[in-house]
Amino acid sequence: MSNPKQQLAEALRAALGETADSVSLAFGEVSVEVSADNLLDVATRLRDEEKFQFQQLVDLCGVDYSQFGRDEWQTDDASRGGFSRGVADGVSSGRLQFGDELESLSSQGRRFAAVYHLISYAHNQRLRLRVFAANDDFPVIPSVTGIWKSADWYEREAFDLFGILFSDHPDLRRILTDYGFVGHPFRKDFPLVGHVEMRYDPERERVVYEPVSIEPRVLVPRVIRGDNRYLADEPEAQDEAESDA
Amino acid sequence: MPEIKNYTLNFGPQHPAAHGVLRLVLEMDGEVIERADPHIGLLHRGTEKLAETKPYNQTIGYMDRLDYVSMMCNEHGYVMAIEKLLGVEIPERAQYIRVMFDEITRILNHLMWIGTHALDVGAMTMFLYAFREREDLMDMYEAVSGARMHATYYRPGGVARDLPERMPQYLESRWRSKKEADRLNENRQGSLLDFAEDFIKRFPGYVDEYETLLTDNRIWKQRTVGIGVVSEERAYQLGFTGPMLRGSGVEWDIRKKQPYEVYDRMDFDIPVGTNGDCYDRYLVRIEEMRQSNRIIRQCIDWLRANPGLVLTDNHKIAPPRREELKADMEGLIHHFKLFTEGYTLPEGEVYTAIEHPKGEFGVYLVSDGANKPYRVKVRAPGFAHLSAMNEMAQGHMLADVVAIIGTQDIVFGEIDR
Repeated sequence: MSNPKQQLAEALRAALGETADSVSLAFGEVSVEVSADNLLDVATRLRDEEKFQFQQLVDLCGVDYSQFGRDEWQTDDASRGGFSRGVADGVSSGRLQFGDELESLSSQGRRFAAVYHLISYAHNQRLRLRVFAANDDFPVIPSVTGIWKSADWYEREAFDLFGILFSDHPDLRRILTDYGFVGHPFRKDFPLVGHVEMRYDPERERVVYEPVSIEPRVLVPRVIRGDNRYLADEPEAQDEAESDA
Repeated sequence: MPEIKNYTLNFGPQHPAAHGVLRLVLEMDGEVIERADPHIGLLHRGTEKLAETKPYNQTIGYMDRLDYVSMMCNEHGYVMAIEKLLGVEIPERAQYIRVMFDEITRILNHLMWIGTHALDVGAMTMFLYAFREREDLMDMYEAVSGARMHATYYRPGGVARDLPERMPQYLESRWRSKKEADRLNENRQGSLLDFAEDFIKRFPGYVDEYETLLTDNRIWKQRTVGIGVVSEERAYQLGFTGPMLRGSGVEWDIRKKQPYEVYDRMDFDIPVGTNGDCYDRYLVRIEEMRQSNRIIRQCIDWLRANPGLVLTDNHKIAPPRREELKADMEGLIHHFKLFTEGYTLPEGEVYTAIEHPKGEFGVYLVSDGANKPYRVKVRAPGFAHLSAMNEMAQGHMLADVVAIIGTQDIVFGEIDR
């Protein structure tokens, strides 16, 4: 007996074939990865085909994968050399200072992705669709506003926060940040404290922008433990977590 | 006849009917809306970015401040995402407490909605009635978490603490006489569950009061019937969820269709509208309050009969009890590690959705195996609803925009995040 999620994954593999880069099932959720060229074709089929009927785009968001897997505290050789107490400065967006730069960990064309969450009311199914933008410096992904109207604002948001451009979007303006804002704040190389701060200057009788004066103050370092409980397959990891209890 | 020119009207962000900080730029032809362009982001705090720099548990408090009229539901969505990635089972009693507080939150939210919506449309009394009842519900929040609004009560692995055996009492003071304090304390003599039970006995009567004032009210109907009509097909396209979708005639409720916690054991109905206008959405939400009342009753009965753990005893995720911390070496280590570093999640990504009072509240969590999330995306129902403002308001009069804002149940904490 295969459950509905597995059936959906199999149906997707059969139907999309070459047009999908991968179809995976993890944590009880089905994800499909497609290239930007195939996006509109795949999206239309997912919406219209009888066995899928993903009528609604529930969510769309950008992700910046450039720092995926970066930690700030090496814990591998803890038993031999002891923990390193000093945490290197400026290695994540939380500790980034003004003017610091971050080295990207992702390969070209794997930095920016748009993630779509779809829902099929007819079949009671959910699906995740991921599209990577081919160029890191000028990320462009085709807009799906023609397929799902709700993509309109979500794409504006992803453009505003990540700088992902959605081609053929009817009205690609900034949405969440201030009028006249510079930069894309949710990129990993954008510091948490920002670049500028704003105040009212009584002498000049207007609002002035100045470089930030506050120090980055993230206290807890980012640690990746490679926990043994998670290294095994998913169901086993669950069993171990329970026996620990 | 004088020639009327199109003009642009700026609505908000300091307008009381803008429900916070909505700025609407309206292109008008006389008094008819030609185009509505909402400008949002005035309350943008970058919650998702802040979450990326903090251990998982420290973000729960930020979730309260998203949709600040349905606090615990936001927490629920976030905490469920962590639990799904961890694969941790939570105690049954904690699940019932969560369901009960989700429904208390739903009533809390809908009372806020009906109060402000009716006030915008011209019914002052509703506002006063709704806030009277909200007071009792916020007392329940306070009794269980110590905070009237921003509770931070749900934790990965359960809830922060068990329901209190005794409700807090009002004291006599310069502003409150002995007699007044006694009257307020009358139904607070027992436990939280006694207080909640007293409330749900009274509440259907209150809903009847609201309905007497509004349901057949001529002015209320003139302002809401046939306003902001959305067909089923458009509701899907526009990303509507929750009462907005049900008002358009779709029988869909995540609590029924993809049940989480113990909703599959609850007996309740899903109200569905037929016309998809503001009046139908009003009827749907009113009925939802009655249904929430039913669910709370079932939770109270179960919780009375079944004492037990409310937070998992897996101390890799949830801290040990205070006594354990003081007496046991291992407890001390667990406590120290949890509060200095937190716990790490396995690498992966999940999307969890709950039936928030406003619609589908989803949390998309990407983890790279660290003690902090790699990316958190909060899917706020209000964001999709507000993006439909242009389509809903076109062709309506200026005054109807206010009714449409009201029916969308907009709260800027969640839209701007």
